[in-house]
Amino acid sequence: MVEGLRADVAGREILRGVDLTVSSGEVHAVMGPNGSGKSTLSHVIAGRPGYEVTGGSVRLDGVELLGKPAWQRAQAGLFLGMQYPVEVPGVSMAGALGEALRASGRGGEDVAARIAEEAAAVGLDEVFLSRPLNVDLSGGERKRNEVVQLGVLRPRVAVLDEIDSGLDVDALRAVSRRVAQLATETGMAVLAITHYQRLLAELPVARVHVLRAGRVVDSGGPELALELERTGYAAYGAEEAAG
Amino acid sequence: MLCAIVALPVLSEIDASHVSLLPGPEWLRELRLAAWERFSSSAAPSESEEIWRYSRIDDLDLSRYTPPQPGRSAPLGLADLPSHVQALVAAAGEGATVAVVHNGASLNLVGPQQGLEVDSPGPGPFGEQGDLRPPASGPAPDSFLALNAALCEAPCRARVGAGVDVAAPLVVVHWLEGEGSVVLPRLQVELGPAASLRVVEVVASAEGDVLVVPVTELDLAAGARLGYGQVQLLGPRSWQVGNQSSRVSRDASLRSMSVSLGGEYARLRTGSVLDGPGGESELLAAYFGTGHQMHDLRTVQHHAAPRARSSLLFKGAVAGTSHSVYSGLIRVEKGAKGTNAFQTNRNLVLSDGAQADSVPNLEIEDNDVRCSHASAVGPIDESQLFYLESRGVPTTTAQRLIALGFMDEVLERFPVGGLVAPLRAALADKLDAAGLGAAL
Repeated sequence: MVEGLRADVAGREILRGVDLTVSSGEVHAVMGPNGSGKSTLSHVIAGRPGYEVTGGSVRLDGVELLGKPAWQRAQAGLFLGMQYPVEVPGVSMAGALGEALRASGRGGEDVAARIAEEAAAVGLDEVFLSRPLNVDLSGGERKRNEVVQLGVLRPRVAVLDEIDSGLDVDALRAVSRRVAQLATETGMAVLAITHYQRLLAELPVARVHVLRAGRVVDSGGPELALELERTGYAAYGAEEAAG
Repeated sequence: MLCAIVALPVLSEIDASHVSLLPGPEWLRELRLAAWERFSSSAAPSESEEIWRYSRIDDLDLSRYTPPQPGRSAPLGLADLPSHVQALVAAAGEGATVAVVHNGASLNLVGPQQGLEVDSPGPGPFGEQGDLRPPASGPAPDSFLALNAALCEAPCRARVGAGVDVAAPLVVVHWLEGEGSVVLPRLQVELGPAASLRVVEVVASAEGDVLVVPVTELDLAAGARLGYGQVQLLGPRSWQVGNQSSRVSRDASLRSMSVSLGGEYARLRTGSVLDGPGGESELLAAYFGTGHQMHDLRTVQHHAAPRARSSLLFKGAVAGTSHSVYSGLIRVEKGAKGTNAFQTNRNLVLSDGAQADSVPNLEIEDNDVRCSHASAVGPIDESQLFYLESRGVPTTTAQRLIALGFMDEVLERFPVGGLVAPLRAALADKLDAAGLGAAL
C-alpha cells in the first residue's frame, strides 16, 4: 500500500502524493506519459538512494518500508524488476540469490536447481545462467532474467518497471504468463509499470492507474488501458514538466 | 665451547669482495662483479625520478638490511613450508615439478618431468653455457636489477627444448625469512621454438622484515607458448622491488599474471618486448591492498616488431589507508606496423582513506597501429549495489560480491586453472579481514 507518497529528486518534486493499494494476488498496472514519475515511483518504493522522500508511506503487510535500506525492503517481501537491469561483472545469479535467501533464513543450497527451473519456465536458455548477472545479455534476455529471479525469490509484492520493453511477442507472452502464475499460486501482488496496453493483453490486470505529473489521476478496470491506447493522455490535461 | 659473534655487514656497506665470495662458476662471478659495478656506480633511487614517482622508495634504508651469507640457508622441502603455501602448490595439480628456493639460495627440486630442465649454477649444464641475459626490455629499468644480478646466490633456470610440450606445471616457490635481510631470487625461463610450459612462481615470506628483490625473465623462442602466474604473499613488514621481463619472438604467445596481496610496500615492474612478428603478449594483474600497504605496478609493452599484439588488464582494489599506483607505457617502435596494443587499468576504492593512482602513457613512432588505453578509479558502482540489494542481498554482502567479482575478471584467467579457487579464497579472506563493512 502506497499512501500520499511524495518525493524529490535534486530538489524537484516528482511524486506529489501517490496513493495505491494492491491486494495479495492482484495485478495492477500503472500507466502514464513519459516523465509522469513512473520510474521514480518504483525506485522510491524499492529504496534506491538519490531520492528524497518528503511525505507519505509505503507499507507491505502493515510494515512501513520507508526508512529501511533497499535490501531490508526486499527481505520484507518486495521485489523490483528493473527497467534496465545492470551488468554486475563477476557475480553469478546463483551467488547473489544464494546470499539473499541465506540472509532471510531460507536456505539457498538448492538455488542453482531453482534457477534452472525458473529459467525453463520463461524460456531462458541455460547458457545465460552461467554468465555473470546481465553481462552480455540482450535487453529481452535481461527481462527474462528478472522474472527468473522473481520466481526464485517469491516476493509478497513485485514492482515491475517496464518489464515488457525490449521483448518480442513470444518473450512477452512467456514473461507475462510466469508473472500471472506466480500471482495466482503464491498470492504475490504485482504493480506493473508500463507504457503499453499489450502487456495487459497477456497479464490479467485487476486495476489500471494513470499516473500524471506525480499523482494518480484516474483508476479503473482493464478497459481503461484500452481507452488510453485509443485516446492517449490528452484527457488528463496538458503536459507538465516533471521527471 | 667457543662462540663467535660476527657483525654481518649491511647492504649499504658491502663491497666487491663480498660479491666474489658467492658460490658459482667463474663466468657467474664475472657477471656478478660487473653487475655490482653497475649497481654501486648508480645514484641512489629517488622519488624525484620519473620511474620512482608516487613510490615509497625514499623510505627505503639499505643500511637496515643484511645481504645473504653464502651457505646459510638450508634446503627446504615442501613440508617445511607454511600450510597456505603448501595448499597453493598442491592446487597446481598432480605431476607438477616443484622447486623450493630458500632465501634466494638453496634450490630443492621435486618431481622432475621429461623435457623440463630446472637447475642452478654450479655443477650441471647451467655452468657450461649459462648466462644471465640482460633484461629483455632495453636498458635496465632500475638499479635493483643489477643488485639482483650481483648478489643472487642461486639463480633458478628452467628450460624446455624445441617442440616439447611439458604437461604439468612448474611451480617455483621462493620462501623468505629472517629479520633485516635482503633476499634476491631470480628465475629465468627459456622456451625453445614451439615449446610449451606453464609456470607458477610464488614469492612468500614470514612475518620478518625482509627486503626482496625478485627478478623473473621469460624468454620465448618462435612459436613458443608460456603461461606464467606469479603469486605474491609477502608478510606485512616485507618490502619488494621486483622486475619481470619477457621477450616474445615470432608467433610466440605469452600469458602472464601477477597476483599481489602481501607486502608493506610491493613494487613490480612488468616489461614485455614483442620482438618477432605475430607475437602475442597478454599481461594481467590483480592487486589488493589493506591497512597501510602500497602496491606499485609499472608496465611496459614494447613493440619492436610488426604485427604483434599485446593486451594488458590490471585490476586492483584499495581498502583501509592503502595506496596503489599503476603506471603503464605502450611503446611502439618505428617499423612495428600492424601493432595491436591495448592497456586497461581499473581500480576499486573501498574506503575514504585509500588511494589509487593510474597513469597510462603511449609512445608511438609508427602510424600504422591500433593502440588504446583506458583507466578508471572509483568506488563500488551504486547501480550494481542497488541491483543486488533490491534482490535482498545485505549491503556489505553485496559490496563483497561486487569487489570479488571485479577481481574475478582477472583471476579466472590464471594460467594454471587449479589456482583460481585458492586465489579467490585468499582474496576473500583478505577482504573479510579488512572488515569491508567498516571500511566503507
